[in-house]
Amino acid sequence: MAVATGGGVDGDVPRRLYADPGLPDRVFRAVLRGGGALVLAVMLLVGGFLLYRAWLALDKAGWGFLSTAEWAPDAGKFGIAAVLVGTVLIASVAVCVAVPLATGAALYISEYAPPRLRQTLISVVDLMAAVPSVVYGLWGVFFLQDKVIPTARWIAAYLGWIPLFDVDGADPADPLAPASVYTSSTFIAGLVVGMMIAPIVCSIMREVFSQAPAGEREGAYALGATRWGMIRSVVLPFGKGGMIGGTMLGLGRALGETIAVYMIISLVFDIQWHVLQSGTSSVSSLIALRYGEASEFGMSALMAAGFALFLMTLVVNFAASSIVARSRSGAAS
Amino acid sequence: MQSRASDVYAVVGAGAAALALTWVMFGWLLPFNGVVGFVVVAYVLFLALYALLVSFDEDGPAIVDRIAAAVVRSMGLLLVAVLVFVVSYALFEGRKALVHLNFFTEDMQLAGPLEPLSVGGALHAAVGTLVQITLALLVTVPVGLVCAVFLSEVPGPFARFVRTIVEAMTALPSIVAGLFIYATVILGLGMDRSGLAAALALAVMMLPIIIRAADVVIRLVPGTLREAAYAMGTSRWRTVWHVVLPTCRSGLTTSVILGTGRGIGETSPVLLTAGFTSEMNLDPTSGPMVSLPLATFQYVKSPEPTMIARGFGTAALLMALVLALFVAARFFGGRGPGQLTRRQEHRRVLASRRDAERFAESHVAAPNPPSTPPRTTALDESRRPS
Repeated sequence: MAVATGGGVDGDVPRRLYADPGLPDRVFRAVLRGGGALVLAVMLLVGGFLLYRAWLALDKAGWGFLSTAEWAPDAGKFGIAAVLVGTVLIASVAVCVAVPLATGAALYISEYAPPRLRQTLISVVDLMAAVPSVVYGLWGVFFLQDKVIPTARWIAAYLGWIPLFDVDGADPADPLAPASVYTSSTFIAGLVVGMMIAPIVCSIMREVFSQAPAGEREGAYALGATRWGMIRSVVLPFGKGGMIGGTMLGLGRALGETIAVYMIISLVFDIQWHVLQSGTSSVSSLIALRYGEASEFGMSALMAAGFALFLMTLVVNFAASSIVARSRSGAAS
Repeated sequence: MQSRASDVYAVVGAGAAALALTWVMFGWLLPFNGVVGFVVVAYVLFLALYALLVSFDEDGPAIVDRIAAAVVRSMGLLLVAVLVFVVSYALFEGRKALVHLNFFTEDMQLAGPLEPLSVGGALHAAVGTLVQITLALLVTVPVGLVCAVFLSEVPGPFARFVRTIVEAMTALPSIVAGLFIYATVILGLGMDRSGLAAALALAVMMLPIIIRAADVVIRLVPGTLREAAYAMGTSRWRTVWHVVLPTCRSGLTTSVILGTGRGIGETSPVLLTAGFTSEMNLDPTSGPMVSLPLATFQYVKSPEPTMIARGFGTAALLMALVLALFVAARFFGGRGPGQLTRRQEHRRVLASRRDAERFAESHVAAPNPPSTPPRTTALDESRRPS
């Protein structure tokens, strides 16, 4: 390196340190930057193009897009109120099912399971997170549906006074009433999606629980805590951020799930609050059902629905990752 | 933890009592029915009876501890059991189609919905899946890995921005990725539905997943390794190529394989972009090309039992593929950065032995070797107290 003669005639000018990286390094950096820029371009193109194509429909529908519960774009009456409610309800049922299961399983794997079994269980849960959604859909349609109907009927009969569990056209007093009012419901779709997201939620929670510091665990035991006492006072508070974050990541997956939901539900375009009743809707199954027959304007309306779904999952995912990153347990990851 | 005999008696006793009581309630006393109801009632009764039995020996916190342990264990077992059941259900129901050898060697060209299972198969779907995923990987692996290296090796505001966008795109619902390709490639550019369009949709969906996983793995490479390389005057790209990438090779392989697993099983992007056919199509650029998840989805919509059996058969085939990928991921990966397999360790020992020999040889051949010993002796002489 050339040594700059600092105290020259020009006085005290701090010398500039510059290491020439050489041609190969400059090319290397350019390639890396190019790769990053390419990915950025593709990703922005997806979001931007969706918005651009959706604009036609959004412009025409205005705010009514959020409050109309009909889907007839060519007649000018369309909106996502019904599908959005359906999507959120399915995802809520899924989260209600998945979170207790996943919490219990994560605690079992990290705290209770014998060490020899632990690695196997982790592998099984990770594998289940990779099972294709169409397989879960098959299970839901051909196995779970029949098994769940008696339970749905019981809930409708005894808890039907809660508006959420009410079923129109069902008569609990009549034991021979047809079961078809209970099939293809939000409840069944939510159960299947819940089973689907449970492994994802479980593996995030387990990761966080197993990071709980050994010193604090031993401290709790030294103070005479039982194992549950230790879990309640050390592991759960430590893993709180990860639990919330994992739940929200699961929620994001549940909101965007298409095929399993599409296989189970029968699509209706009313706002369906009754979770046990046949017929519900979701944004992604609306797209899967209507994309083929859509006119140009209909396509734009579907794009708008897809964009709304994307925004929703985006908000949920960002909230999840910021919660995980701010929590004590997520600082390392 | 050691368990005493009385603990085991309490569990067994509570279980037996709960089963018996539930049976009585369901059989004679109350108007309940259904398997799910039976299990739920029996479980609640079991917990109550277990608490009662434990309370004979223990007090307050210990009872809570036992109940919590029972609940947590049963949740864990329930989740694992359900998950194992979902997979084995698809494999089991697929057996009717899988026992016919023609299922693996024929396409569905000659097999209508009413043909028996001894005609037609899923070869075209399996080939379609492999073609589509290969094309998608040809795009995503180079681009994804370059982008992941970029995120960790050229830090700065631009890299942070790209990382944020990539993380946002992992939230992209897969059907929206399919819709994007459908609108641009098929409606915009006027291409037919084809394997290429499906591969592009899969690539858009897999790219953020692979980048994110690879980024996490590359960030786990210890900074000391990089600094050691820089301290020896290595250039950036040589550091990345010879230090960073080899160190996290196992993790990168895992992230690519897991991304592939996600892509292979995804139905919704393919549903919009690939079209449906019952013939073998090896050309991804023209004509519809079906894949395993799509075939499963279309077959089970049919009311014919044979078609449903075929659907379960293709689902089982898909499961087997995902399982194989997962086992491969466990085999290649699962080790942290710098952890080596036995063979790699052996190779490394051999390499360093070769280096040592090379150094020794060059030392012998060095121009001025004899000058060292006399100087040492001279030094030693001078230090010796005289």
